[in-house]
Amino acid sequence: MAVIKADLDLCQGYANCVMEAPKFFDISDDGVVVVLVEEFPEGNRSRVEAAVRSCPVSALRIEE
Amino acid sequence: MGSRTVVVGASVGGIKTVQALRSQGYAGELIVVEAESHLPYDKPPLSKGYLNESLGRDRVNLISEAETNSLGIGLRLGVGAKNIEVAGSEIILEDGGRIGYDNLIVATGARARLSPWEAKDGVHLLRTIDDAEMLRKDFHGAQSVIVVGGGFIGAEVAAAARHHGLEVTIVDPLEVPMGRVLGDSVGTLLIKLHHLNGVATHFGNGVEAITGSKGDLTVELTDGMVLYGDLVVVGIGAVPNTEWLASSGLLIDNGLVCDEYCRAAGQANIFGVGDVARWLHPKRNELVRVEHWTNAVEQAGCVAHNIVNPNNIVSYAPIPYVWSDQYDWKIQIAGETARVADFVFVEDPSSENRFAAVYVDHSDRFCGVVTVNWPKAMIQCRRLLESETDISRPLKLLNDLLPGKAQ
Repeated sequence: MAVIKADLDLCQGYANCVMEAPKFFDISDDGVVVVLVEEFPEGNRSRVEAAVRSCPVSALRIEE
Repeated sequence: MGSRTVVVGASVGGIKTVQALRSQGYAGELIVVEAESHLPYDKPPLSKGYLNESLGRDRVNLISEAETNSLGIGLRLGVGAKNIEVAGSEIILEDGGRIGYDNLIVATGARARLSPWEAKDGVHLLRTIDDAEMLRKDFHGAQSVIVVGGGFIGAEVAAAARHHGLEVTIVDPLEVPMGRVLGDSVGTLLIKLHHLNGVATHFGNGVEAITGSKGDLTVELTDGMVLYGDLVVVGIGAVPNTEWLASSGLLIDNGLVCDEYCRAAGQANIFGVGDVARWLHPKRNELVRVEHWTNAVEQAGCVAHNIVNPNNIVSYAPIPYVWSDQYDWKIQIAGETARVADFVFVEDPSSENRFAAVYVDHSDRFCGVVTVNWPKAMIQCRRLLESETDISRPLKLLNDLLPGKAQ
């Protein structure tokens, strides 16, 4: 299954990913992304891709 | 069925649209036309990390060549479009070439408003990566800079110039430049932030004239005061790039006028995305044009959906979101923070420079939020903006985030 990867050093806490896909992403108290569910089924792909696309600093990617 | 979507403009709106189209299953041909020759790049860092040299060119790319290839996007750089022939469904390029389309995306963005003041040289604008590189280069040879315009770009340029060790002065005709967006109380805090970082401000005072040349510029203010600097940066807003559409027959009025589905007025297969699009916001029931990065991304997603699902199109009613990095403040803004009735301030006593301002509209509804150095507070409040609520819910969320409260 495809897996979500987050670069915690790049993340600036903009949280657009949380707006796009709250089931998969949250922001910690320190203001950094938390990937709630790393593996996702194909049916969620376009939602996860929208979240990845919405990151202003390209801190998210999908690993096949 | 053979189908071709052509995108004019390879900045964030255009690139995110083609990515969203592929993500949503669009299998037709994709062509992106762009007047600039650079590989597609992102603009927010140009006034922030790229300008203060903490970010390299690779962090400014919008899309890699590998992704362009794997998504099957035909990138045509270096030649812009000069017109649309709507009746024949073709765009006409600056070199006379023509490209037919089934769907067309207008994503030509906006450009920096030109300086109405003329000096020989040394007066910069900041919009493109070429602008940013010229400014960075001149920062190195300069000791002082005068920034005209105290909005987002001006404030970020001031912060980057301080990072370079320059002496910085900002000028703006408004007493509280950021008050226009955030209200005067929060706007006043941002003026203090400039002062804390050693920047001189002349607000409530316009520019009468700029004369001289690089290294020896004179800025004369409307009250007669005269400032001297090695460089001037003019950040006085942006203008949508619609001139190329002038004879297309499309409706242009401070942007490409679009319906609530982001279709150009009266057109079924021409869409507007990003800074250039002025669309009918279905909740506000007025035409709006938004120059924010996140808006371009969300609008791109909506347009891609409407192209892929022509029998199930959706209207576009975003909650605005924008950020600004100024000195050590990470400022995030969501919702409506200008046309408000009142606001409540919540400070985190455990952390210097961390606070939120929660805004209410004239119907006592929670309508907007600003946070400084507090991303967790922002996302919690931003999500609440989707549901109509009074101010008690965001305030409770914020109080629960303060130290000593049970999580």
